[in-house]
Amino acid sequence: MRFSMLPQVFFQMFKKPFTNKFPAKYIPSSTTKFLEDVGAGRVKIIPPVETPIDFRGKIQYDSEKCIGCKLCIKVCPTEAIEYKEKEKKIKIYLARCCFCSQCNDVCPTNCLSMGNEFLLADTDKYSKDLIVE
Amino acid sequence: MSPEATTKTTYRLPIGPIHPALKEPVAFEFEIDGERIVDVRVSLGQVHRSVEWAGMRRNPIQILYLAERICGICSYCHPMAFALAVENIADIEVPERAEYLRVIQAELERICSHILWAGVAAHEIGFDSVLFLTWQMREKVLDLTEYLTGNRITKAITMIGGVRRDITKDMVPKVTEALNYFKDNFEKLRHIFLDDKTFKMRSQGVGILTKEDALQLCACGPTTRASGVKKDVRLDQPYFAYGDLDFDYVTPDILTGEVNGDVYDRIIVRLLEVKQSIELIEQCLDLMPAGDIVSEPKIAKLLATLKKVKGEGIGRMEAPRGEVIHYVKLDENEHPYCWKVRAPTYNNILPWIPMLRGEQIADIPIVAASTDPCMSCTNRVAIVDSGKKYELNREELHKMSVEKTRRLMK
Repeated sequence: MRFSMLPQVFFQMFKKPFTNKFPAKYIPSSTTKFLEDVGAGRVKIIPPVETPIDFRGKIQYDSEKCIGCKLCIKVCPTEAIEYKEKEKKIKIYLARCCFCSQCNDVCPTNCLSMGNEFLLADTDKYSKDLIVE
Repeated sequence: MSPEATTKTTYRLPIGPIHPALKEPVAFEFEIDGERIVDVRVSLGQVHRSVEWAGMRRNPIQILYLAERICGICSYCHPMAFALAVENIADIEVPERAEYLRVIQAELERICSHILWAGVAAHEIGFDSVLFLTWQMREKVLDLTEYLTGNRITKAITMIGGVRRDITKDMVPKVTEALNYFKDNFEKLRHIFLDDKTFKMRSQGVGILTKEDALQLCACGPTTRASGVKKDVRLDQPYFAYGDLDFDYVTPDILTGEVNGDVYDRIIVRLLEVKQSIELIEQCLDLMPAGDIVSEPKIAKLLATLKKVKGEGIGRMEAPRGEVIHYVKLDENEHPYCWKVRAPTYNNILPWIPMLRGEQIADIPIVAASTDPCMSCTNRVAIVDSGKKYELNREELHKMSVEKTRRLMK
């Protein structure tokens, strides 16, 4: 067979593209302005593909429940968790986190859980969004 | 003296140590006579990431995630081989259900890796529409992986003494649906790869590795099976639940009745293994008993036990590319005393020499890619011709390969 791929290629030509054009059909010239416009309701944002169940996103930390046992610090493969001696609580640096959720499994009081938030890109690795405490 | 005797007719072609086609640094030095390759020298050790050293400063649970990052495509078999080694030392019994779940994940990874390889091979010979077809199918595999493990690439599913996530009853329909999709599309893929003239032209009789060479050079995985050597850790020394499953060695003579050991045979072996993996997952879903998925759910307790054990252990696994071996030594300490990894590509490097000898420069990408090397290669190829040095980058090398396909099409 010489052109066994041709039928597939023609079929593909008339198919809708699979890509979900998040956040907009064309890349906005200024993302900050685009987000402002979305906030003001001037433009519509194309929603991202839904995350699956048990997705490992941004860590949620319930400091009320935390007993400061340091087990999560012991198992964290990237050493992203810092212990706050005074308050006996923890501080997680998401810029280092590898989202394995091992700390969630080891926590005896279930004060840690994985959220659905995944848009965590930032220019500053110590920014407020990237530190959970 | 005649001019032939005084003039050196061959010249050298160094490729490497950095080349994006092959993902990891390795340096080649080719002895070229016109277009023909006369001799090949391979020099390894161009990248040293100190993974093992870093592992010796971490506890076994932390190493699981470090091992996952040894390779992006084999991100399941490295931590699993490490877990096998640790289980070997500490005599940890893995629950029956976990053994089957481990097989399912391993076979999913094999499907993903082989389909990705098929796409890269098609790209190397300039057949890019097939690349996109394979990527379309791989996307479904990744979706299923994400559904089962939570991540697409670094799966974070391994745990010493079991797995971290179960496949519950309500998840099974989605898995079978995806498997049926793979089966339908597999036929399409097989038809294109094995019947298309372009593939046959570029892969038949190219990069031959004889059975003797494969045995002598200790090649492993699909590379050696394509040369007719029946070697597969899953069957030779069954681990996980492979002992209960019904499957056999995949060699190219199943389909064609003969073994040539060329690139075409390696395509056949990998494609048939995709089908085999789909069948293995189906068997696992049928046979899987109910029960626990991990032997010790309390990780703190597990760490305390591992702190008390002493001894050496070996974890062997059939990764998509061949046999992966992890050696671990624990000495009643929080961190392992020693950790050694032997990845399958290490064995599959020397077979490149007999494969590449006598081939053309344009065949380098497809022949080198045919062993599915897990290493990056050259961005720059410097051709040194009679003292004048000029560079040939990856794009030009790829262009030469595409041009050869066009020439043959005429």
